[in-house]
Amino acid sequence: MTSGWLTTALILFPIAGGLLVWLLPLRSFAVGSTALLFALIEVGLWIDSVARFNFSRPGLQLDQRTSWFSDLHVSYHVGFYGFSLWLAGLTVVVLAAAIGYAFWAGRERPRAYYGLMLILTGAIVGVFVAQDLLLFYVFWEAMLIPLYFLVGVWGGAGRLRATLMFVIYTMAGSLLMLASIIVLGLSQGTFDLVNSGTSGSDWIFLGFVAAFAVKAPLFPLHAWLPEAYRESSPEVAAVLSGVVSKAAAYGFLRIAISKFPEPVADFRTPILVLAACGLVYGSLLAFGAPDLRGVIAYSSLAQMGLIVLGLFAVNDLGLNGAVLQMVNHGLISATLFLLAGGIERRTSTGELALLGGMARGRPALATVLMTAGVIALAVPGSTAFAGEFAILAGVFQTGWGWAAVGAVAIVLAAMYMLRLISAVLHQAPGSAVSDAALDLRPAELGVLVPLVALLLVLSAWPAAITDHSFPKTSVQVTSSTGATGYAPLPNHRLALP
Amino acid sequence: MIFALDTPHIDWLALSAPLALLGAGGVNLLAAVLVPRKARRVFGAIVCALGFAGAIVAAAILYAHSADGHGVIADSIQRDRLAALTAIIVAGSGILAIGTSYSEPMADDHIAEYYALLAWAGAGMIFLASASTLLTLFLGLEWFSISLYILCAIDRDLAGSLEAGLKYLIIGGFGSAMLLFGSALVYGATGTLEFHEIARVVQAQGLSDDALLVAGLALVIGGLGFKASAAPFHMWTPDVYEGAPTPVTAFMAAATKTVALVLTLRVLVTAFPQEARLWTVTVAAIACASLAIGNLAALVQKGLKRMLAYSSISHAGFMLIAVAANNGLGARALLYYLIPYSAMSVGAFAVVAARERELNRPVTLDNLAGFGWERPLLGISMMVFMLGFAGLPLTGGFVGKFYVFAAAYRHGWTWLVIVGVAATAVSLYYYLGVIRAMYMRPAEELQLAPVGGSPPRELVLQTTVAAALIVTVGSFFVVQPLIDVAKHAAGSLPF
Repeated sequence: MTSGWLTTALILFPIAGGLLVWLLPLRSFAVGSTALLFALIEVGLWIDSVARFNFSRPGLQLDQRTSWFSDLHVSYHVGFYGFSLWLAGLTVVVLAAAIGYAFWAGRERPRAYYGLMLILTGAIVGVFVAQDLLLFYVFWEAMLIPLYFLVGVWGGAGRLRATLMFVIYTMAGSLLMLASIIVLGLSQGTFDLVNSGTSGSDWIFLGFVAAFAVKAPLFPLHAWLPEAYRESSPEVAAVLSGVVSKAAAYGFLRIAISKFPEPVADFRTPILVLAACGLVYGSLLAFGAPDLRGVIAYSSLAQMGLIVLGLFAVNDLGLNGAVLQMVNHGLISATLFLLAGGIERRTSTGELALLGGMARGRPALATVLMTAGVIALAVPGSTAFAGEFAILAGVFQTGWGWAAVGAVAIVLAAMYMLRLISAVLHQAPGSAVSDAALDLRPAELGVLVPLVALLLVLSAWPAAITDHSFPKTSVQVTSSTGATGYAPLPNHRLALP
Repeated sequence: MIFALDTPHIDWLALSAPLALLGAGGVNLLAAVLVPRKARRVFGAIVCALGFAGAIVAAAILYAHSADGHGVIADSIQRDRLAALTAIIVAGSGILAIGTSYSEPMADDHIAEYYALLAWAGAGMIFLASASTLLTLFLGLEWFSISLYILCAIDRDLAGSLEAGLKYLIIGGFGSAMLLFGSALVYGATGTLEFHEIARVVQAQGLSDDALLVAGLALVIGGLGFKASAAPFHMWTPDVYEGAPTPVTAFMAAATKTVALVLTLRVLVTAFPQEARLWTVTVAAIACASLAIGNLAALVQKGLKRMLAYSSISHAGFMLIAVAANNGLGARALLYYLIPYSAMSVGAFAVVAARERELNRPVTLDNLAGFGWERPLLGISMMVFMLGFAGLPLTGGFVGKFYVFAAAYRHGWTWLVIVGVAATAVSLYYYLGVIRAMYMRPAEELQLAPVGGSPPRELVLQTTVAAALIVTVGSFFVVQPLIDVAKHAAGSLPF
């Protein structure tokens, strides 16, 4: 492919930018603006790749491949599928917003901070484009290192404990995945994701699932989540919940589901049960959470449950819905976390009991929060509604019970989002809300409005994603063993007629 | 009258690397009396570095001209690429160790001897790497060990230095005795000391279950285990690593381990192929014990040198997994892994040395607080070394671990992969603990250097650390050439 360099550039450009801002002895303002510039150019690069991507053609595009070490057949192989293109887009947009927010809010040790944010951007994009198992793992881990610092150095008072939990949980999962990768790669004779066939091994499958389930997180592996989301700075929480969790969902889709048809069939029910539990349990916790970030964090757990529900429906509707919902939730939760950051900054608390009445005199805040919140609770017509509807319709084909659970959780979602909106904007002004707390500043609007605008665009045209994630030729198939597999990717053995 | 002794043909090229270092050591010893006291430190360091550089050049030439390995000098040493590559790694660690030593606050009166012994230890290790009989093996082992015993105790002003030297001497002597006894038993069983010959005799006479031979093999493994500081032969490691002058520790951690592991591989594969089913299991068990003991003990350490000592025990375990795999991939894995591992070891101890000089007291996790922000280059480097030890990507440590696990899997031992993975998970806690200490402690916990003023510049040390950093990160990106070299070196062994 001629445009493969673009994919590599999407990875390397922010990393180079990160090293640059870290090494150059610039002043704080210059560092922030340079970093933001890099992040925006990265968005531009991504738009260029969308323009070059041919959505009607199946298979890997914008790909590039170089051997890394040949004796074990490991290569640097990157490229885009439709759905990974959207997830990479989510990444660059949310990271740009996060960097913009940090620039506005101001962070200590700015060179290291923005350097890490940019490197993180490159690593996450790498996860979404890697087409070699080992390369995938490299980016997967490379993603963790900047996050470890971003939470551990710039986080709140409980950051050390939060990072420890976060790292121990994720690494335990990741290392199981590494063992799986070694076994899968060596038994297949190649680590290439495109060329390798499928595997029927339950153990290898579970190794991958462990890593993805921790990172998503899937109930009951979410113990790290509330602390990490509460102790991070708002923009890092936005990245964690908006983007990093999607890397896990992507892993489920790209590796667990497409490479392990038989194990997916075997373990589908337990995974669906966990996803449904996470959905309901997360929603309930979100409804009871006493603070802004708690509500958003637990709603994130619930949403990941919903997304996994859609993925493991393993059919067209479910998968399309899941991809759409990944993008939706990424944008929504990034918006909400950044808003929460703005609110905490004004009131120095996130306790819902101390907030209230912020709509009066703060029309911009009220409008943005209301819009994001209403989309988050999936009112008909919103993109979240489209995503959730597709997921539920997809999972309905697997069993009506799953859809019923999902529907209940969506009602709960409406409850916790409305509670959040009402506790912040309406009711009597809370004790922490002084008149000096201003409305959103233009800079904040500059970060938040594009995110909300994207959500509105998607609400108008959700098919932008649902019709452009998987090639039209993908079909649900039944293998000779009777196991139902799914062939979202054309190289899939089962996709061959 | 003239006695016509039947002397073997001497291949001087095969001996050139140790000879370069012996020469450097000799010059240094002369310098101890001839060069004025003030100039000795610089002179000693330069001569010693030239010796190591000469050894690298000689080993590189040897590597280029030894595509087919063969015994030389009456088959007492082996001239092959395995020896040449090991020599390069050892000499590279030596140069880095000199960089670490350079501004070490050591009394001037023995500085020339210090560099002489460092060169001789290197010479012994390089000689040992090419050992082809149990006798040259023992000779080389004692040669470098005696140099190291003295080096450990050389700084009389340093509390614990003498104790470290003595401890190392006694326990090292015990290990050597085991090795010697084992060699005697093997000789008793087979009537030969030469590695290939042992394998041939065992094959020809069907001795593979011979009690004498097996007992000898066990003792040889034990003796080498002492030098590699693998559990349960590791007891000396924490005390010696902690007590010895930090640059010496750095050199020991990198070079001794390298040469001991390469030798273990060479002896087992060349001399005892028929007993493979015995020693693969034994080595795997030693590997597991090292991983368990090293990692668990490292978790609770406060002193950084002690922690790194236990980490080095656990790494002996990792690399013994590659030996236990008993296949070409394992040999490749070991030889590849040793390159970033040596760099990371010397680098990490060099950073410890820098902090030690700043604080003038042993470095602990507590007084490391804020170090990362105060000394950006050293901090970043230490972070990378820790990530590399933990086997995280963007360091050669990741590729090394990957290869080791791949070798174990290729051998059919998935359980060993799982053990290794679990050990890695545990090790993350203390490796990341160092990073946490350097970067994440709150400002009020910072214990700034008590000396006051800005920290010393230490250009040589910083260059050393930067070089180690480049090797650690570089070996992640340029895997193919390194693996090719490792593959050619492993080609010297009969797989």
